[in-house]
Amino acid sequence: MRLEYFDMIDKVTTFDPSQKRIATRSTVPNASPVFEGHFPGHPLVPGVLLTETMAQASGYLLLALNGLSQMPFLMMVDKARFRTFVEPDAVLDVEAELVHEGSGYAATKAKITIGGKPICDAELRFRLMPFPADMRALMESRIGAIGLEPVRN
Amino acid sequence: MSATFETVAGIISETCDIPRDKITPQSHAIDDLGIDSLAFLDIAFAIDKAFGIKLPLEQWTQEVNEGKAPAEQYFVLENLCQRIDDLVAAKKA
Repeated sequence: MRLEYFDMIDKVTTFDPSQKRIATRSTVPNASPVFEGHFPGHPLVPGVLLTETMAQASGYLLLALNGLSQMPFLMMVDKARFRTFVEPDAVLDVEAELVHEGSGYAATKAKITIGGKPICDAELRFRLMPFPADMRALMESRIGAIGLEPVRN
Repeated sequence: MSATFETVAGIISETCDIPRDKITPQSHAIDDLGIDSLAFLDIAFAIDKAFGIKLPLEQWTQEVNEGKAPAEQYFVLENLCQRIDDLVAAKKA
């Protein structure tokens, strides 16, 4: 993870198109400018970045399922629960599943665990839109970097 | 009024915090109720779940944007409810 670059997913461990699920893994860095403020002397990953991590796992899932035909943009976070603190060096298992595919939008459920222990979970919704200029190539690159093989439609 | 309208009006009222008595079959979701595109996706999600359908919003939006259909055809609530009934019937057929 590179928190300050919003680069939240290190690698994909499982992508199951038939079940519409993805599992990813990320390691929280030992040091980050984020921890200088949150909080001085007591570094904790902010809940908003855990939400972003769940959103990115969901986003990669949607991109892989739609074969990079549309770009998902986070539009709603519902029922977010943060159950315990996340400290530097933690290894996060991030899972997301598609729960509804609408016309122009999609809904997922996502969660983060550490060693099987629940950390946080949320229901997320995404607007699916045409790729802005150059973003498709960026997402192709990112998907390749985390080892995700999209469904080719 | 139809059961479909009652369900849709309830969804809009709850989702957008609009008093239920301001929502009528003749209400235009955008012009009269002030529902924006993001909120309409929220409503569509609730409608999809409630009726077990998939509102073809992308197709409708494209038709309106290209001038092939008036917005009223989809966004006046009595017309929206008719579309929902059609989709439900098509799913059962």
